Amino acid sequence: MATVTKKKNFKLKVLSRNPEDYRRETKLDIHKAPQNPEAYLHPFTLGREYQRALNATKLERVFAKPFLCGLEGHRDSIQALAKFPSRLAHVLSAASDGEVKLWDLSTKKCVSSVVAHDGLVHSLCAHRSGQFFLSTGQDANIKFWSCSEEGVIGSEPVRTILNKHVYQGIDHHEKEDIFVTCGQSLDVWAGDRSQPFQSYKWGLDSMHYVKFNRVEGLGLPLIRGSLEKPVVHEIFRGLYTYDIRNLRVASNKYEDHIGAVMDVDYAPTGKEFVTAGYDRCVRIFNIAEGHSRDVYTTKRMQRVNHILWSMDNKYILSGSDEMNVRLWKAKASEKLGVMKPREKTAFNTIETLKKTFKDHPEIKRIARHRHLPKLIYTQKKQIREQKDAQKRKESNRRFHSKPGAVPFVAERTKQVVDVKE
Amino acid sequence: MSVKGSSEKTNIRYFFPKDPAKGGAKFSFIRKKKDAIEEVPVAENKLKKWRTGESSKGYARTKFHSEKIKAREKVFEKVAEKSARAELLCAEEEGTLEGEKTYQITQNDIRGSADEATQQKIFDLRLNQFGPYRLDYTRNGRHLLIGGAKGHVAAFDWQTKGLHCEINVMETVADVKWLHQETMFAVAQKKNVFIYDNQGIELHCLKHLDSALRLEFLPYHFLLVSAGAKGYLSYLDVSVGQEVSGICTKQGRLDILTVNPQSAIVHLGHPNGIVSLWTPNMKEPAAKILCHASCLRDVAVDVSGNYMATSGMDRRLKIFDLRTYKELSRFQYNKRQCPGKLDFSQKGILAVSRENVVELYKDMTNQAYRPEKPYLYHRCDKLVQDIMFCPYEDVLGIGHGWGFSSIVVPGAGEPNFDALEANPFQSKAQRKQTEVRMLLDKFLKPSKIDFTPRHKMKGGSKAGKVEQRKKGVQEQHLRAAVRDIVRTKQKEGRLNKSNSWRAGLPEGVSSLQRLKKKSA
Repeated sequence: MATVTKKKNFKLKVLSRNPEDYRRETKLDIHKAPQNPEAYLHPFTLGREYQRALNATKLERVFAKPFLCGLEGHRDSIQALAKFPSRLAHVLSAASDGEVKLWDLSTKKCVSSVVAHDGLVHSLCAHRSGQFFLSTGQDANIKFWSCSEEGVIGSEPVRTILNKHVYQGIDHHEKEDIFVTCGQSLDVWAGDRSQPFQSYKWGLDSMHYVKFNRVEGLGLPLIRGSLEKPVVHEIFRGLYTYDIRNLRVASNKYEDHIGAVMDVDYAPTGKEFVTAGYDRCVRIFNIAEGHSRDVYTTKRMQRVNHILWSMDNKYILSGSDEMNVRLWKAKASEKLGVMKPREKTAFNTIETLKKTFKDHPEIKRIARHRHLPKLIYTQKKQIREQKDAQKRKESNRRFHSKPGAVPFVAERTKQVVDVKE
Repeated sequence: MSVKGSSEKTNIRYFFPKDPAKGGAKFSFIRKKKDAIEEVPVAENKLKKWRTGESSKGYARTKFHSEKIKAREKVFEKVAEKSARAELLCAEEEGTLEGEKTYQITQNDIRGSADEATQQKIFDLRLNQFGPYRLDYTRNGRHLLIGGAKGHVAAFDWQTKGLHCEINVMETVADVKWLHQETMFAVAQKKNVFIYDNQGIELHCLKHLDSALRLEFLPYHFLLVSAGAKGYLSYLDVSVGQEVSGICTKQGRLDILTVNPQSAIVHLGHPNGIVSLWTPNMKEPAAKILCHASCLRDVAVDVSGNYMATSGMDRRLKIFDLRTYKELSRFQYNKRQCPGKLDFSQKGILAVSRENVVELYKDMTNQAYRPEKPYLYHRCDKLVQDIMFCPYEDVLGIGHGWGFSSIVVPGAGEPNFDALEANPFQSKAQRKQTEVRMLLDKFLKPSKIDFTPRHKMKGGSKAGKVEQRKKGVQEQHLRAAVRDIVRTKQKEGRLNKSNSWRAGLPEGVSSLQRLKKKSA
C-alpha cells in the first residue's frame, strides 16, 4: 500500500550565516566586530562601565609620571623663561648670571647660549616671527637678539637701547611693531626709536610684570601681579582671575598653594593654566574650578620662579632656584608619541567614562590622591584648620549678633579694597 | 590710547617683514565652513525603539542643574539616534516560518526545504547507554557540552562537529556548565563539583560544593552558582576560587535553578510551588512568589529579564511579569499532559517539554495572545531531560534519555550578534583578548547584584498611606520601648557605679576603714 504524504505549504527562512562575512579577509586586516546596540545583549551596562572607569582611574594614577627631564646647563638660578609663539621646539631661558640659553625640546639639549647682560636678566620675550627676541637686564639695557631657524643666537645684539633705570618686564606685540616695558614706569616703544613712544606712571610703586592683551589689538597692555608677590598671597592665600571690564569682583579664586605664586601661564586652549609656587611645587588649574587638578613636585626642586605652557598644549616647563629648567607633561598620565586611530578612540572612550563617573566616591578618592611632600601636606592641613576656625568664629559671631550686623562676604570680593576709575 | 587709526598706523615703521612667507602672522580667524554632508533625520517611529525613557518635564529647581539635565538628555537623544542609524548595519535577518498549521511541520520538512548549512544543524546523537543527558551551550552559541547521568561528558564545537573531549567521570553527573569561555567547564558529580578544561583534564575539585544538583554561571561576575540536594545555594568566584557567599536556603532539595540574565538574580523553584529569588548578599530570599498550588517542574526567565515562565505538577504553565510579580497568563494542560522543562529563546520563543515531546510557543509574554496550538512541535525518542536554545542560532538542543538532538526552530535566535559581547566566529587570539577584557570588567563586588523591586507602592493611594501610618505607629512604640530599656539600664549602671566601691569591702568591716593608714 502506498503511503500518502500530504503536501505542506509553508515558507521557511532560517538564520544561516556565511562565516566568510564575519572573518577578516587577510591576516593584515583587523578582526571584524559587528555590533548590535540592542539593550538585552548588553546587561549590566552601568556596572560594567563603572568598573571600567574605576580601572581606568587606577591606571591613570599608575601611569602618572609627569617629569620628563631636567634641562641642565645654567650656572645660576633661573630668572626668566620665554616661548616662541610660532616655534614648538624652541624655548628661551635666562639665569641670574646674565646668560640666555636657547633649548631644543625635541633633543632636550641647549642649542646656543649667550651672555646677554651684566648681572640679572629680568625678562625675556620672543617675537612671533621667531626671528628675534628681546631681553632686559640689571644693566638697564633692552637688547634685541636675532636667532636663526636652527636656534642659533647671534653673538652680538642686533640692537641695544640704553636706559636710565632698570626694566623688570618686557613684552612684544604679536602683530604690530610695538613692545612694552615696565619698571618704574610703563613705557611703550615703537619702531626703531631709542625713546619710548608713550610713558605712564601710577604712584610710586614699581611694576614687575607686563603683558599685551591679545584680544584687544593695540589696546592698553595688561599689567598682572604688580604688587609684591609674597605679600599678596600670605594674606589672601589664593590666586585670582579678573575680568578686566569689572575689577570689583574676581571671576574666580584658586586655592591650594601654600606659598606665593611666582608665575602663571595659560594653556594655549585657554581652559587651564599652570602656576609656579614659592612652595616648591607646580600646580595646574582648570579655570572653572577653584582647586588645582594636579600638582608636580620633585625632591630636588626648589622655589619655582617661572613657568611655561608649551604651544602644543602637551608640555610644561618650570624654571626654579636651583639652576634647572624642568620639562613636564601637561597631563601626567598621557601617553606620548604617535597613536594609532583605534588607540586614540580607546583613550577617548575611557576619558568619557572617567568623566561620567568622576563623582563616585571611590573613583573620586583615587583620582584625587597625590603624594605630597611633608611640608606641603602638613601646611595644607594647618591652613584648612585655620580656615575652618575662622569660618566657625564668623558663624558664631553672626549667630550672636543682630541680624545683618555680620554680613556674608563672597570670597571673590574680599580681597578688593577699592577700584579707582 | 588708541593706535587703531590709520593715520597713526602709518607712522610706525617695520624693521622686520610682515610677509607670512617670511615668518609674519600666518593665521586668520575666519573659519572655513566644512563641506559637511547633510544628514537625513531619523524617522520618529524608529527612534522610539531606542529611547530609554521620557524626557523630564519640570527640570531642576536651579538653572545650573536644569542645563545639566538638558545636556544629558541631548546625549541620550544622540545615543538613540545613533543606535537607530546603526540598525542599518545589522544586516542579518531573523528566521521565519510562514504557513497554515505550522505545528504540523516536522524537522524532516524543514530539512527538505532548508539550505545545506541549516540541514547540518538538525542532528541526533544516539547515546543510549549513559542517558538522560543535560546540555549547555557557550555564550556565543558555538560550543556544546553534554553530560549523561551515568557519567559520560563530551564537549564539542557543534557547528563543525569537532570534538574537544569525551570523558567518563565514572560517577553520576547531575549537571554540566560551561564557565566564561569554551576552555573550561564545570560538572556537578555525585559528591563534588569538578572543573575540567576542554581537553577533559580535571583542573579542580570543589569539595565544598557538596552534592550539587544544578549549576549556573554568571559571566559578568565570574560566579558559579550551585544548588545542592541539601538545600545549600553557593556562589563561587571562579576567577579567584573563593566562595563569595553560601546560603542555607532551608527549602529542601534544590533541583530547579535559573538565573535572570539582566539582573543576575537566582530563581529557585521549590516543591511547595514557591519560586524564591536570591542574591549573594542576602541570607534570606529577596522575594518569594507562590506560583503553583503544587510541586514546581521548572522555571525560566526570558532574555529581557522581565518575564518568568513556570510549570507545575498541576498541569499549568504560567507566565509572570517580574516587574510587578503578577501573573500575566496561565495555560492549563489536558489530562495526562504535564509541562516539564522550559526555556526562552533570545527572540522570545518558549520551549516546553512534556514527557518526550517539545512544544514551542511564540509570543507567550504577550498577554493578549493566547495560542491554541504550538508554533512547532517535536517528538523525541525518549523522555526529555533538558532543553536549551542555542544563542544566536535558530537551534534548540534537547537532552533526552537516548542522547541529544538538535532541532531547527526558525526565528528563535538573535540574528545580529555583538562581537564585543559574544562572537561565534572569534579566533583564538580574540578569545584570549576577550578573556582578559572580561576579567578586567568583572564586578569586583558581587554585592552589586542588588534586588530592587521595580514595582513601587503608590504614594497617593489610601492603602499605602494606611500602611505608612501603621509603620510609623509601630516604630514609635518600638522607639519608646527601646528608650525605656536604655533608661533603666543607665539607672542601674549609675547605681552600680556609685556602689561599686562597696562591693570590694569584706563583710563586717566598717566603711571608715578606708581612711586608715595602710600598714607596711
